[in-house]
Amino acid sequence: MGVGIEVNKLNAWYGANHTLEDITLHIPANEATALIGPSGCGKSTFVRCLNRMHETNPIARVTGEVKVGGVDIYSDTSAVEVRRRIGMVFQRPNPFPTMSIYDNVASGLRLNGFRNRRVLDDVVERSLTHAALWDEVKDDLKKKSGASLSGGQQQRLCIARALAVDPEVLLMDEPASALDPVSTAKIEDLIFQLKVQYTIVIVTHNMQQAARVAERTGFFLNGKLIEFDSTHKIFTNPSDKRTEDYITGRFG
Amino acid sequence: MTSRLNSSAANRRWRWFANHMASWLSVGATILVIAPLIAIFIDLVYKGASSLNLNFFIKTPAPVGEPGGGMANAIVGSAVLLGLASSIGVPIGIGAGIYLAEYGRGTKLSHVVRFTADVLNGVPSIVMGIAIYALIVAPERGFSAMAGGVVLGVMMIPTVARTTEEMLLMVPHSIREAALGLGVPNWRSMLSITLKTALPGVITGCMLAFARVAGETAPLLFTAFGNPFVSTDLTRPIEALPLQIYVYALSPYDEWHRLAWAGALVLIVLIVVSVALVRFVTTRGALKGAS
Repeated sequence: MGVGIEVNKLNAWYGANHTLEDITLHIPANEATALIGPSGCGKSTFVRCLNRMHETNPIARVTGEVKVGGVDIYSDTSAVEVRRRIGMVFQRPNPFPTMSIYDNVASGLRLNGFRNRRVLDDVVERSLTHAALWDEVKDDLKKKSGASLSGGQQQRLCIARALAVDPEVLLMDEPASALDPVSTAKIEDLIFQLKVQYTIVIVTHNMQQAARVAERTGFFLNGKLIEFDSTHKIFTNPSDKRTEDYITGRFG
Repeated sequence: MTSRLNSSAANRRWRWFANHMASWLSVGATILVIAPLIAIFIDLVYKGASSLNLNFFIKTPAPVGEPGGGMANAIVGSAVLLGLASSIGVPIGIGAGIYLAEYGRGTKLSHVVRFTADVLNGVPSIVMGIAIYALIVAPERGFSAMAGGVVLGVMMIPTVARTTEEMLLMVPHSIREAALGLGVPNWRSMLSITLKTALPGVITGCMLAFARVAGETAPLLFTAFGNPFVSTDLTRPIEALPLQIYVYALSPYDEWHRLAWAGALVLIVLIVVSVALVRFVTTRGALKGAS
């Protein structure tokens, strides 16, 4: 089951660049939450702070509190442990090129020392089915490299890989921005099914996408969270002028 | 259709000429690269193949004036020396390459290591031989296979380290992020993902270094020294193919000249075979569509 995320006064820097300022919000469990805003507004940095990927950059710094299911990920646990509980799907599909489809999905468990063949077979099938890819690849699981699939299939493979370690939260950083409309529709269908089991945070440039898949939407601008509300409210009756300007296409 | 790109007949002829000119120049350059290798190989086969027989591989050198004799001592010696050199040069080189690419990026130490590796790569091999002579042979009061293996191993390090570094840096950042995002510890992601992705290039670097030291003669003069008998004892002098070729080629005897040609042929074939073998073994499991 998914868990909620409480963010309290989160600040993030890249070098001297203050990319996130005092972000406070509550992301409810088992819902999809969309983050929108113009390029460089800090929404990607924000999701990278939720699984401590932000700190893999040596010049990055972060302060504040992020509680996932009640656990403060910056003080109560390790970065490695956090990332096992919070899966991430990146903007560009990034399957491991030297691994087969099977090995890609199994990689999260295997690289953490898990070796039971029968359980792995089971997890791989379940994750690929969950990511709506099983039927397309079940015949060449161990024959084909993950990199030989089409872009849309690769992205679903990456989703299956993230699901295989059984996370509680799934972060998606513009998961469909490099894909064609058909693949995009598949990913969106997938988000609908996935939020039954997981809490989903999705960064997107595509406002229709946010409106289609998310219960809640947050609007970021220049490192600040301008407005966070139900998607319906944000798109029909935003309380902030800047949100309205962005949504109606007056800038960004 | 009128466009700025529409061209006159003269212009089209010039383009045709320039296009073919460029093609032929690159074909010519390719031939110039391949020709010396083929010429050397043909010459070696022509002059060396006739002296090759079973005795060449299983007999030690015969005394001057006696026909027959082989280079079993040198073939075994080269295998021992190169095995020892690889087991020193490959792990240290790859380790240093990993440090340069992954952990020491931008640090002062990494600049020093990179600079040292480049200088080491440029040191004449005979100087390396003298250095190891002073460090191992003189204190131990004797030439040894150990000293020969060490000098060749040290010579492999800079090539292996620098190619490993460059290959690791070519692995896209997104692949590392994928591993870290799965909750894989940094060291594990480094070994199982980044290094594995870069492995074909790293192996090429190792084979280049291997092939280079396999033909080295000068540093062995001061270290392995040479030995007319088959030996695998690391504490005693040992023969090597390049050493034996050097001695035989400089001798006044026709029979030895022929053996030197045969030795050179065997050396080249052994290098080609071991490189091909390593490549075959390491690419056997490659998948369809893997990059």
